[in-house]
Amino acid sequence: MMAFPPELLAMQLVTGLALGAVYVLLAIGLSLIFGMLTVVNFAHGAFFMVGAYMGVFLYGLTGNFLVSLVVVPLAVGGIGLVVERFLVRPLYGRGIDYPLLLTFGLSYVFIEVVRILFGLNGLPFSPPEMLQGAVDIGIGYFPLYRLFLIAATAVVVLALWLFIERTAFGLVIRAGARDPEIVRVLGIDVSKIWLVVFGIGTGIAGLSGVLAAPLQGVAPEMGVPILAEAFVVTVVGGMGSLVGAVIAGLLVGVVVAMTSLFAPEMAKVSIFALMALVLLVRPRGLMGRAGLMG
Amino acid sequence: MLRVADLNAWYGHSHILQGVGLEVGRGEIVTLIGRNGAGKTTTLKSIMGLVGRRTGSVQFDGAEILAEPAHRRFHRGLAYVPEERRIVPGLTVEENLRLGIIAAGNRAREAAMIERIAETFPRLKQRLKQDAITMSGGEQQMLAIARALMAEPKMILLDEPSEGIMPILVDEMFEQFRRMRDAGTTILLVEQNVELALALSSRVYVMDQGVVVHHGTAAAMLADSELRDRYCSV
Repeated sequence: MMAFPPELLAMQLVTGLALGAVYVLLAIGLSLIFGMLTVVNFAHGAFFMVGAYMGVFLYGLTGNFLVSLVVVPLAVGGIGLVVERFLVRPLYGRGIDYPLLLTFGLSYVFIEVVRILFGLNGLPFSPPEMLQGAVDIGIGYFPLYRLFLIAATAVVVLALWLFIERTAFGLVIRAGARDPEIVRVLGIDVSKIWLVVFGIGTGIAGLSGVLAAPLQGVAPEMGVPILAEAFVVTVVGGMGSLVGAVIAGLLVGVVVAMTSLFAPEMAKVSIFALMALVLLVRPRGLMGRAGLMG
Repeated sequence: MLRVADLNAWYGHSHILQGVGLEVGRGEIVTLIGRNGAGKTTTLKSIMGLVGRRTGSVQFDGAEILAEPAHRRFHRGLAYVPEERRIVPGLTVEENLRLGIIAAGNRAREAAMIERIAETFPRLKQRLKQDAITMSGGEQQMLAIARALMAEPKMILLDEPSEGIMPILVDEMFEQFRRMRDAGTTILLVEQNVELALALSSRVYVMDQGVVVHHGTAAAMLADSELRDRYCSV
């Protein structure tokens, strides 16, 4: 197993980053929602799946992938707003298990609805023509769509970072994650902030669904395994930490890609081995901070 | 400015406040004292709307606010500085100050107010870009008070501002309170540092076991050490 040429390793590294990009997008949404609302959103994978289906459907309708990329996050985020306002909100203050059970059940509702509308079997989907093919990235030819995926993720992460670090709303989000009561006595209606954060998090999940669809096609259950992996990413990165979600997402992607090169049968297990390892050394995750769960 | 009547409050099943009544006039500093667990903090929290279950009456600036959520009370001009400072870690001093005026939704006023507050609190001025959590306890308390002043409240509720703070800073802080009052801000002060607080206040309420057991002028209480000892020895 020692004889892999460096080009192949480098190529696998980039493949890992592309894989990690989807993890990053899912994990920042999960992390944002958990950090702010202390809600473990078990419907996150279902929002991802709904986004993927919407993206495929809209692409079939318009023939323009860009339309899917713009409309789907807004539509899925809109569903997220309704879910927070009418289903999650009544459960605040009752402990972490209530919204967890609610979103867990909700994910099955979403899956059933999609099965009814689009059938039990998945639909194939390939990258739009403009993004097909491969380009030379210096170490060999790499699928153009995966490069696009990495770039799109970078744009989303950067935009979210600017929003949180540079805007007044972002300042309230950062403060509210640490001390909601202080934000409240300073005149801010925290429930509105929570609503928007849930909408943003689920909107990004929807977008990641659109972005992932060309890699694997769509299927009603596509959100289930990736949700488990995204949870591992948030745990490795530290629950509630956005920087942690980005680093851990890429790390997990690369670890999976490398393991599938050296020991393909271990690829799925490697994620959990990585989690166990990180938690042994840093129980709160790479960038986790104290007291968030308290 | 503030009139509280027959205020009852509960934490879970414990009946903490059992009919509290007090009044604070416009431009006045009133001190609320009592032993630990007497219900002083719960009184302030109830006035600010942070206690889940409450009955009775809280009138602020002529309006009944008992049922209003905390953030709406802020917009009426009521500010609250909780005990243990509670400045937001990970945010700079300037960001903490901005947080105090964001709800007012006026970006132009924001810069002017930060400048003005920084002049009033020179210790904060030198540290605007610093992570607030790296400051000393006293400086953090100054920041918490400054943050509450950003939106120019009519009245401010202060919960044990001098707790765990160096004496020299306590004097500086009380000097700030005097200036705040002279500028027209009404203050309701919960304080363990009884003599300092009384010297600054016009009137005093004493609480014990969830009710007001005594009220009178601060001067009378300051003169009567026996009365003070009866209610305030921990």
